[in-house]
Amino acid sequence: MRWMWIDTIVTYEPDRRLVAIKNVSLAEEHLHEHFPAKDGLPAQPVMPASLMIEGMAQTAGILTGSLRRFKEKVVLAKIQKAEITQDVVPGQCIRYDARIERIDPMGAGTVGTIERFDHRTGQWEKIGETEIMFSHVDQNMSGQAFPEHNFVFSDSFRNVLRASGLGHLMD
Amino acid sequence: MAISRADIEEKVTDVLENALGADRDEIIATATLTEDLGAESIDFLDIQFQLEKKFSTPEKPFKIEQGELFPENMMSNPDYVKDGKFTDAGFAVLKEKMPHVDLSSFGGDRNVRGLAKLFTVKSLCDFIEIKLKK
Repeated sequence: MRWMWIDTIVTYEPDRRLVAIKNVSLAEEHLHEHFPAKDGLPAQPVMPASLMIEGMAQTAGILTGSLRRFKEKVVLAKIQKAEITQDVVPGQCIRYDARIERIDPMGAGTVGTIERFDHRTGQWEKIGETEIMFSHVDQNMSGQAFPEHNFVFSDSFRNVLRASGLGHLMD
Repeated sequence: MAISRADIEEKVTDVLENALGADRDEIIATATLTEDLGAESIDFLDIQFQLEKKFSTPEKPFKIEQGELFPENMMSNPDYVKDGKFTDAGFAVLKEKMPHVDLSSFGGDRNVRGLAKLFTVKSLCDFIEIKLKK
């Protein structure tokens, strides 16, 4: 079981760009702990920034994996930059827009934009930027061996791809 | 117009400050990337990508091929590395392909683990200077 932090993929431009959506719901338990009512102050549920970074990492990771038809084991290697300037609250929607900046046999560099959609205003607003690097673990410099099966792109990832109409990328 | 050595050093310092979070006064010519500046294996790829961006111009992209700056593609070749040590053939290739690295201080056992320690700030600047002249 892998916890997915994207709901669906809405745009896929081969070798270049992938955009995913995450709807934030009050039914998500973690929002009740982030932040609960305390010291007479009311609860203030907001989407944790760390999970938004994970959502972008999953988006950019799928894009990186798609470059080699998911044959490489792609793992998050380094977050060079992650800036999130606004909160996202239940009822809002997050859009992760990831682009490949550089690909190499050893790994890939990606840049991303995070936006939020507010149904009251009907508008998207940019709230963050990321730069995330991924490593192809079988090509690592240390020569360390990993299991042959691709443990990165598990069923959870495959289900999102299929549901988004991109199942053919795994063929 | 050719870029000066001082400009190369300034840009390399920018890259290392950004990639490794190192203080600028720590980034001196003799500083090693791993032991002095704390670089880990993935940082080498980050440094490579950032150098490409820093030294590319609209007229001339600056592309570093795999194994050109760091010899990562030699590690899995049994002709070059055996039992964690460079073979004679591997060491000869290393000398030919890595003129920017001072191999004279490489330990007698040629253990591959010792190689990363030889990459200094000066190595990166030399690499850029040699490559820009080609």
